[in-house]
Amino acid sequence: MHQKTDRTVMNKNDKLEFLNIDTSLYQTRISNKFKSRKPYQPADPRIILSFIPGTVLDIFIEPGQYVSKGDILMILDAMKMQNKLKCSMDGKVKSIAVKKGDKVSKGTVLLELE
Amino acid sequence: MPVNKKIRELQEKREKVLLGGGEQAIEKQKAMGKRTARERIMALLDENSFNEYDLFVEHDARDFDMDKKSLPSDGVIIGSGTVYGAPVAIFAQDFTVAGGSLGLMHSRKITKIMDHALKMRMPLIGINDSGGARIQEGVNSLAGYGEIFFRNTISSGVIPQISVILGPCAGGAVYSPALTDFVFVVDNISKMFITGPEVIKTVLGEEISMEDLGGARVHSEITGNAHFFALSEEECFEQIKKLITFIPWNNGQKARMFEPGEPKPEYNINKIVPEDPTLPYDVKDVIRAIVDNSDFFEIMELYAKNIVIGFGRMGGRTTGFVANQPLEMAGVLDVDSSDKAARFIRYCDAFNVPIITLVDLPGYLPGVDQEHAGVIRHGAKVLYAYSEATVPKLTVILRKAYGGGYIAMSSRHLRADFVFAWPSAEIAVMGPEGAANIIFRKEIMSAVDPDSMRKQKVEEYKTKFANPYVAASRGYVDAVIEPSETRKFLMHSIEVSENKDVSMPFKKHGLPPF
Repeated sequence: MHQKTDRTVMNKNDKLEFLNIDTSLYQTRISNKFKSRKPYQPADPRIILSFIPGTVLDIFIEPGQYVSKGDILMILDAMKMQNKLKCSMDGKVKSIAVKKGDKVSKGTVLLELE
Repeated sequence: MPVNKKIRELQEKREKVLLGGGEQAIEKQKAMGKRTARERIMALLDENSFNEYDLFVEHDARDFDMDKKSLPSDGVIIGSGTVYGAPVAIFAQDFTVAGGSLGLMHSRKITKIMDHALKMRMPLIGINDSGGARIQEGVNSLAGYGEIFFRNTISSGVIPQISVILGPCAGGAVYSPALTDFVFVVDNISKMFITGPEVIKTVLGEEISMEDLGGARVHSEITGNAHFFALSEEECFEQIKKLITFIPWNNGQKARMFEPGEPKPEYNINKIVPEDPTLPYDVKDVIRAIVDNSDFFEIMELYAKNIVIGFGRMGGRTTGFVANQPLEMAGVLDVDSSDKAARFIRYCDAFNVPIITLVDLPGYLPGVDQEHAGVIRHGAKVLYAYSEATVPKLTVILRKAYGGGYIAMSSRHLRADFVFAWPSAEIAVMGPEGAANIIFRKEIMSAVDPDSMRKQKVEEYKTKFANPYVAASRGYVDAVIEPSETRKFLMHSIEVSENKDVSMPFKKHGLPPF
């Protein structure tokens, strides 16, 4: 009647792995969340990411173009607001990863400077 | 006979309303594997115990041709009854009537039964199955939600509040369950989200099914919004009934006593925990070797499995268990397990349930993701919850209790009433390998054979410090006990804690790190 939905008791099929805590290796199951975590990468100021999910409304630059700090690169329409994406450094546009009308999620690469 | 005529009139009126949204809508509901709202109440409550109120309530909306529409009972059923003899107030949204949408009168029925439950100090069960706000009723519908959330909040910690998600529960509606004590979900039936798949697709172009976005599994395994997962409504109701047997009716009472029973002999407490502290075992077997009839009722079984929480009985008294699970992620504390444990500790404290903590953890999970996810803030919840709890707190250190993990897991220093340790306990600032590497760094580095020197120093550290006796010599541990003595010591401790009385300094409320 009362079905058990998950049995976490150990059985022969359980895959045990090693987890290092303070240089001791523990035999244990590793959670999916831990396995699928993204390795940390320091932020690269040359790669411009969308800071909010939204739609690319307008693009004011082209690959190869020189830009200076403060220039408006794109307009990202998000949460009923038109957000101006300002350039954070002087440089040259290496590539643009999106086109007008693209829907982007948070953290999507929009363009790369060099 | 005029009286009979009046009675017949009532019967006819009832019959009409009892059909809810009509046969077609009921068929549709059944096709989705769902029961009707009334069937659900009948399945959950003791036979013939349900008294229904507000059967004849109707909406009063005028706009958008609503005045031409009749919605039986305005799409929600309220009343009270009993579960295994315990009084409960209940509401169940009726999806067959206008999709269970929430209008003004619908919300007034819910708040009426909520007020009743709080006044009578009895548990409240809410069955959610609703498409959301009744758009035609505009701001009145929003007002209705707000009134419900407010009551959920002021009733919190006074009466038990249970939410059962048996259909969609979307948008603002999700905040009522989120404010309650326990949320029950059923596979393929429950759906909870703030913004649905359609909005996400429009805004982001991301396609996701309702099930993958906010289905029962998602909330049981990933978000931690749900506490109990079932494969069918039937299983879900069994879980709710069982929960009701463990909890008191309000915060002024203790849970009902049951006939005590010895743990089953198949759980041999001497043989569960391996001596080597790096080897895993299932800590639930230790709990089952301690509790009455080996009956352990786990909560949030699928979420943050590295910590185990749930209810059992010791000598017939409801007891809350918090235990590190070496089988999963070595039993570490991390963001999710801290959050899970802290909330349960606060639940037990609010409802006069003693807490038994079983300790075996290597410490906190290292990692950038953990630090950036706020493991400081979330980890602090455990310290806060244990420190502020005034219910009897009993701790058994089974094996490892290293560093900050030792302090956090209901240590003497956070005012545990009784701290016991097994002979296998290792109460130390960190594991022997890590500690030896730091303390004896110079000796190891300058040795002719660093590896054998390291091994020697690790052994030295193990013998000297990886045991319960250093802590026992300071009185941080009250008794070093054999595993087979655990139940006896715990039963006695709970018995003598029956009238525990501690006072805390006056405050309006504290500021737990959430």
